[in-house]
Amino acid sequence: MSAEETRPVRSSQDVVVVRQAVRALAIRLGFSLVEQTKIVTAASELARNTVDYGGGGIVRLQTLADGRRVGLRLTFEDKGPGIENLELVMKDGYTSGGGLGLGLGGARRLSNEFEIVSRPGEGTRVSIARWR
Amino acid sequence: MESIPILRTSEFLLVTIQVDMHDRLAMALQEDLTDQIVRYHSRGVLIDISSLEVVDSFIGRMIGNIAAMSRVLDAETVVVGMRPAVAITLVELGLSLPGVRTALSVDKGMDLLRTSLPGTPNGGS
Repeated sequence: MSAEETRPVRSSQDVVVVRQAVRALAIRLGFSLVEQTKIVTAASELARNTVDYGGGGIVRLQTLADGRRVGLRLTFEDKGPGIENLELVMKDGYTSGGGLGLGLGGARRLSNEFEIVSRPGEGTRVSIARWR
Repeated sequence: MESIPILRTSEFLLVTIQVDMHDRLAMALQEDLTDQIVRYHSRGVLIDISSLEVVDSFIGRMIGNIAAMSRVLDAETVVVGMRPAVAITLVELGLSLPGVRTALSVDKGMDLLRTSLPGTPNGGS
């Protein structure tokens, strides 16, 4: 079983809708309550980054299956200003927008896989996966 | 406009957060709450998050801000009813809500406020 859908991430309201969509998928995949909460929280952090810093973008939601286990991959993409210093923004406590600076580092800790690609002036793509 | 209701008991203000928060709603709540603390001379605020399935750093920041604003207005904030899965996730996220007191239920939160606030029944000095 594998499925893929793409959703807009442009507004605060979209962040709410993305959380609900991720929750529904996680439930369908049989994630435990704690696993659901972790992936939904990570999605919330990344969706908010996409809106606040990326100027809006999209998220691709994919269910994963490698024969032994199932999982969920979320890929957030924006065409915003990009990130100059990736190492710096991954640090807890670093923020450029008045937040707590936990978004990226927190999302990485809440996921099993984490990947970020960013080019200044072109945009940012963050992908996380969590396996059941 | 959509808003989060604030309940007033004889001693405290009680906010039950039940909806998915977004920016405008959070800002409106901070304004309403600080207004009411001043209007009713409230010494304690209870924020019930038992309905929240997710607390991300945005909500965490809002809760921390409310606690800080209340403190400046001479009121104490207690966050009550956090779900276990939310607690596990919050700590992994790196958010331990420093400076925010917590209790497991509204009743326990009220007890905590009563014992810590001077001048209330059962309160210290």
